[in-house]
Order: sequence, then C-alpha cells, then structure tokens
Amino acid sequence: MGKIRQRLIFIGVLIVGSIIALVPRNVTRRVEDRATGRMRDTTVRVVPINLGLDLQGGIHLALEVDQSKGPVPDCADAIQRAERIVRTRVDEFGTTEPVVQIQGRCRLIVELAGEKDPARARGVIQRTAFLEFRITDMKGAFKDALPGIDAALRKAGVKSRSNAAPSAVSQLFGGDTTKAARDSAAEANAPGVLSALLFQGQLPGEYLVHEEQWPLVDSLITRPEVTAAIPRGIELRWGAQSESRSAQPYRALYAVESRPIITGEELVKAVARRDQVTNQSIVAFQLSHRGARKFSDETARHINDFMAIILDGRVQGQPPVIRGQIGANGQIELGSKPLQEASDLALVLRAGALPAPLTIVDERQISATLGADSVHDGIRAGVVGIVLVILIMIGYYRMSGALAVAALTLYCLFTIAGLAMFGFTLTLPGLAGFVLSIGIAVDANVLIFERIREELVHGKSLRIAVDDGFLHAMNAIVDSNVSTVLTALILYAVGTGPVQGFAITLIIGIAASMISAIFVVKTMFLIWLHRRPDMVTLSI
Amino acid sequence: MIRLFSNANYDFIKWRRFAFSLTGAIMLVGLVFLLIRGINYSIEFTGGTSVQFEAAHKVETGQIRAALDQVGLKGADVYNFGSDTSYMVRARLGSQASEGDAGTQAVADSVARALDRSMGPGQYKLAQRQSVGPKVGRELQGKALMAILFSFVVTLIYLAFRFEWRFGLAATIATAHDVVATIAFISVMHLEVSLVVVGAVLTVVGYSLNDTIIIFDRVRENLRKYRRQNLYEILNLSINETLPRSVLTHGTTIATTLSLLLLAGEVIRPFAWVMSFGIFTGTFSSIYIAAPVLLWIEKRWPGEDARGARTFGSRAPAPQFAPATPTSSPSPRTPQPTR
Repeated sequence: MGKIRQRLIFIGVLIVGSIIALVPRNVTRRVEDRATGRMRDTTVRVVPINLGLDLQGGIHLALEVDQSKGPVPDCADAIQRAERIVRTRVDEFGTTEPVVQIQGRCRLIVELAGEKDPARARGVIQRTAFLEFRITDMKGAFKDALPGIDAALRKAGVKSRSNAAPSAVSQLFGGDTTKAARDSAAEANAPGVLSALLFQGQLPGEYLVHEEQWPLVDSLITRPEVTAAIPRGIELRWGAQSESRSAQPYRALYAVESRPIITGEELVKAVARRDQVTNQSIVAFQLSHRGARKFSDETARHINDFMAIILDGRVQGQPPVIRGQIGANGQIELGSKPLQEASDLALVLRAGALPAPLTIVDERQISATLGADSVHDGIRAGVVGIVLVILIMIGYYRMSGALAVAALTLYCLFTIAGLAMFGFTLTLPGLAGFVLSIGIAVDANVLIFERIREELVHGKSLRIAVDDGFLHAMNAIVDSNVSTVLTALILYAVGTGPVQGFAITLIIGIAASMISAIFVVKTMFLIWLHRRPDMVTLSI
Repeated sequence: MIRLFSNANYDFIKWRRFAFSLTGAIMLVGLVFLLIRGINYSIEFTGGTSVQFEAAHKVETGQIRAALDQVGLKGADVYNFGSDTSYMVRARLGSQASEGDAGTQAVADSVARALDRSMGPGQYKLAQRQSVGPKVGRELQGKALMAILFSFVVTLIYLAFRFEWRFGLAATIATAHDVVATIAFISVMHLEVSLVVVGAVLTVVGYSLNDTIIIFDRVRENLRKYRRQNLYEILNLSINETLPRSVLTHGTTIATTLSLLLLAGEVIRPFAWVMSFGIFTGTFSSIYIAAPVLLWIEKRWPGEDARGARTFGSRAPAPQFAPATPTSSPSPRTPQPTR
C-alpha cells in the first residue's frame, strides 16, 4: 500500500504542477480608452499558450541583409544591428507581444499578430535607421513652459485623471484624494494635468514617468495644444527602455534641442571595450572628417552639457556629459557598468552609422478569420479523433481500456502543460501533431494490454500476468519511442519555424505518454488489484 | 472480451513476392507521375507568391487566370480551395523571374493587380498571402533532404546498438521504402509539398520505424525463446503475435488522421493525406518489407540468428516445424521451447 501511496503522491504532484502551469493569470494593464483618449485599468487574461500567427492572423516577415549591391562582410553583425533597430520600432505597431528574433546567423524574424497592412509593416521595418546626437534642454526651457502647458490642457478640457496613482505633486495636497474633494478643488488649484505626471530626473532635461502612465503622457504630449506650447527649439523624446529607479519601473522623457549636433552619417565606427587604466566600460567612436569638424565646434560650445544619443526617435541610455572638445575620435564612458551595456551602446551607434538595407525573403499575411476558422476546425477534428480513440479503447479493452482513457486525459494535461512551460506557440501543424499524438499515445497501453492478455493465455495468475505484461512490453516501448525521439530531435535541429514546433510537440507528447500510459496506468492497476483481492478474471 | 486476430497464424512472408510487386508497381506509377508532372512544391520551396482569398461571388477560375496572364504571370495556378467562393492563386518564381527578391515583390504586386482587374477591388477578401524569395526555398529543400538522410543514419546506429546491424539495415530499408512510397503517393495525388508536408513525411519515418521495431523486438525475443525454429517461422510467428497490437494501434491512429483529413480544414489536408497514407505504408512495410529483407540480409551475410536463412528463397520454404494449430491448451500455437 505504501508503494501505491508514493505513486499517487507523485502523480498528484505532476497534476498540480501541470494545472499551475496552465491556469490563466489575471494581469492588470493600462490601456488607452479609444473613445475618451484616457487610460483605464483593464484586466487581461494571460493565457499560457499563445496562438501562432496562422491561428491568430497577422504578418510574419523574414528579413536578410541586402547583398545585391555588393556583399556585406559580416552579416551577423549587420543583422544584430538591424534587430536593435527593429526592436525600437515595433512599438509603432501597437500589437501585443511582437516577436523580433534572429534566426540562424543572418536572418531576422518579425511577427506582428493582428497587423493587417503589410505595406506599412514593410515600410516601418525597412526604413533606414536614423541616429542623432542632441544636447538636452540645459536651460530648463521645457520646465518653465510646464505651467503654460498645464493651463493649455485644462483649457482644452483635459482633467487630471481621477484614479491617478498618487504622484509627486498630488501628494503635496495631502489626503485630498476623494473624488468629491477633488472635483470641488479641481478648477482652482488642481495639480497640473501634465506636470503631475512628471518627476524631475537626475540631469537637466530628464523627466521620469511611471511606466504604466507613459502611454497617457505620450497621448498628452502629442496633443496640438501641447506641441504649440512647447518652447521653440525644444522637442520631447522618450527613452528606449523602461528603467528601474527605487524599485519602480519608470520611463524617461527627455527635453532635447530640436537641432541635432551630429547625425549617424558622420559616424565611421564604434567599438566597446574596457579601459585598461580606469577599468571602466567605454565605447570608442570615430567620426568622418566632415563630422569631426562639426563635432569639435559643437562640443567646444557645450562642455558640461548632456548629449542624448537618439536612434529612431528614442533616447538610448542615459545621456552622457560632454567633458571637453571632441574631434574625430571620442569615447563614451560608462563607469562601472558591465561591458555588455557598452556593447549594446556601440551596437546602437553602429546601427545608425551604417544603414544596412534589409530585404524581405519571406512574407506571410494571414487574416484573423482564417486563423479563427483553423482553430475551430482543428478543435473539431481533435474532439472527433479523441472520441473515436476512447470508443475503440473502451470497446476493446473494457475496464482496462477505461483506465487507459483516464490516463489519456492526464496525457493531454501533461502535454499541454509541457508545451506551456516551453513558452510554446501553438500553430496549426502543432495542433495537428497533437491530435495525431493522441492516436499514437495509446500505443504503449495497447502493447501492455496485449502482453497481459498473452500472459493470461499462458496460464499465469492475474497478478503475475499484470506484472509480467508491463515488464515484457517495456523493451518494445522503449526502443520504439527512443527512435521516434531521435527522429524528432533531428527535425528540431534541421527544421525551422513550424517544423520545429511540430518536433517539440512530438517529443513532449512522447514523454507525457510514457508517464501516463506506463506509470499512471500501472498505478491504477495496482489500486484495482489491491481493492479487489478476490478478483479472478481481469476486464481486459 | 473482444479479440481480434489473436491466435492468428498467417504465412505473411509467403506473400513477399506479391507484396514487392505491388509496392514496386505503386512506386513505378509514382515515378511516372513524378517525371511527367514533377513535384508540386509550395512556394515555400520555389519562391513566389501565393494568395488565398474569399470572393464575394463565384468567379470563373479561367477569368482570374486570364487576368493573371495579362499582367504577365503565365503559368500561375488558380484553383478552388475548400468552399466554392474560396480560391488560391499561386505564382511561382519561374524562369522569367531570376532577379531575386525584387522579383518576389513584383510578382506579389502583379497578383494583386490581376485580382483587382478580374473581380474589381473590394470584391474579394484576402485570407492568406505569402511571398517567399528564391533563396529560402533552396535552403529549405536542402535542409529537408538532410533531415531525412540524417534520421536514417541515426536510427541505423541506434538499432545496430540495440539489436544488431542486420536488423537496423532491414528496418532502415523498410523505412526508406516508406519514404519513396509516400513520395510516389504525393506525386500521384499531386499534393502540394510544403514544409508541413515534409514534417508529415518525417513523422511517417518515425511511425514506420516504431512499428518495425515492435515486430523486431518480438523477433529478438522469440529467437531467444525458440531455439529450434528457423528464422522464416520466427518472423511469421512474431508478426502474428503482434498482430492484435498492430490492428489496435493503427486503428486509433487512423481514427485521428481521418478526423484530421475530413474535419480539420483545407490548410492541413495535405498533411492529413500524407499521414493517412504513411500509416498504411508504414504498417505494410513493417510486415512485408522489413521481415523479408531481414531474411534476405541473413542469407547474404549470415549472422548468429541466420537459422535456415541460408536456404531461404532457393527453394519453396518448407518449414521443418510447422506452427501448431490452435487448441484450447494454455499455450496453443507456440512451438515447444527448448527445455
């Protein structure tokens, strides 16, 4: 009995683990309300298995570096730069969870679920990268203009959000957070619509915005009233990534001069290295003759000012300070930050320096309706297939067949959980592979049951026949499954995209069927025999 | 208790010549089709553009084809895809478009123009569109072939390790037979060979091997158990003993592939066809190809277990120990083990 208990505990742990892996989680996200242009909280279900583009609809692009106008010596480097560029741009699509990944050495995959316009997707992705250096708003012109901007927004009828998280300015008004109190006070001395959302950053022209509020702020600063009120010669640029300050995610907003002091065209090269003397990470860069002349003039005028490095309109990293006049060769010091960060920055500089044109080698566009149809048909076929398998198994093996079917439900649970743990994206071939695997999953049980029948025919007693049946079937089960796994591994290694998904489904399916068909069914038999010690004929 | 084919005692090996001729004929027909029509590669392999769309009304495919000809896409395929108003247009990057990726884009634009012209813009709804450059396709072809060959080598090594090289070779030949037969089937049916279909062929490889191994495992066991039987009898015995399992497993697998074939929609249909045929040929080859080939190998290069294989084929097989007819005794048909 102790043995049975151990087995049951093991199975229980597996089931609980699988269910935990599969439970959809509720995540609160802020989304823009299209009707009012305001932000509101919505709860999004995060489902463990994402649907692939063929089931969801969207655009898939495979890009390579254009080599038609002469070979590109290091395509791996070129594609890394391209990835960097495309990553900063995919936000423009507003799709949930865009995929940007390097495949193999020299190919870039971009997947945009839900995007419908391939021309737009191509345009955004193939656009040449634009790198520029701009001085931040050293005189605080934007800060001085903030009250005016707030007033303009208030005049335009934009109220500060009632459900705002307490921010720097609103906290000054003490406990005044109830709606009634705010409404009465609102018109007179409400916190500034925009200024309440901004925190002064560490350097001139840097402001921080709560990560969750940046879409709201972005919608505010692009309003015509606001752009009109921003002082001439100043523009606002977002930081590329969210950063963590005092354990909270923030997005940096920079007020920068609208005139770039230099653009990426003048940049010849940029490399990351560690300084031998000071042991800090640095990015050394070299400028063209023309660029060097311009840069030395500008840097001489802006000593001790901060210079934002802007790629495709996004500020990359924190703007470094200009220490002195810089000519053709300069370096950006990153202090004690890891070399990785310097490499990233060097990549950014090179990305802007050499516009590597990308050609599209594979483009796929799938409409959402086709995707929905595929899901519907696939599930229908799956259900019918499973029902047929259940009928065959129970019809032929009776009670034992019913046990195998019960194990089959665990097989489905384990497989789907396994796929979820791999962060698997479900595609149509993957779905077909899963349905097929259900038919094959019962094979181990069929082998075992046939063995038990044979042992019974040979005149063995019930318990011994069951034990021997499991034992003798093992050889065939192991050999046949190992060879299938080997084939699947080769598929995975050699194949791409959908074929790899298929191979993973196959491998996880085999692992799950080994557990469910052998271990789980054996446990069920043990319990069965334990409960009915007087049983003389097996329903098999 | 339902029992199918238990205590079966068929002489499967006897039918080997018939089986060889049958499968040879299928392959020959496939080869003829292959030579005449070639393989219907999807644009994933050839490069080009495929567009699947839903038209507002029924359109003559000839009308669309004429419009395609007008924009200079000679030889583009147009066919119904699933329902009456659903169509697929496929323009491969043919000989006329050797200029590379720019050609792909031009083809995609031409298709769009032809559709606008034949039906009017807005009269059709795009369901799926794919454009592939020629380079990717070549790469994929190479990869698919490599995957199949590589999987053969690996399984040969694995089986040589677990069984013996003669078993491994026989299983690999049977599996190679399945690949050839499946390709013949694909060319006769004129199925579109996409990446997913290649995946299906590879699954067939795994499935067929799986099935062969189940029988060979029984052969290995019976060779140890029945010392006085010759290989011919042991092979037959093993196939008969595993017959109930074969029927059941192939039954459940066929049930799932048929439901995929009939219910899972047009996109997955080529995959389901290949799998259905693959299960059939995999089962066939495990019995009628793998076992006789093993006998033949043992005859050419006799190993430890080459009992009676040396005389195999030189005369009519007259088993010395005919398997006993089933009786009601506990161990009815199995010949007596040696002491």
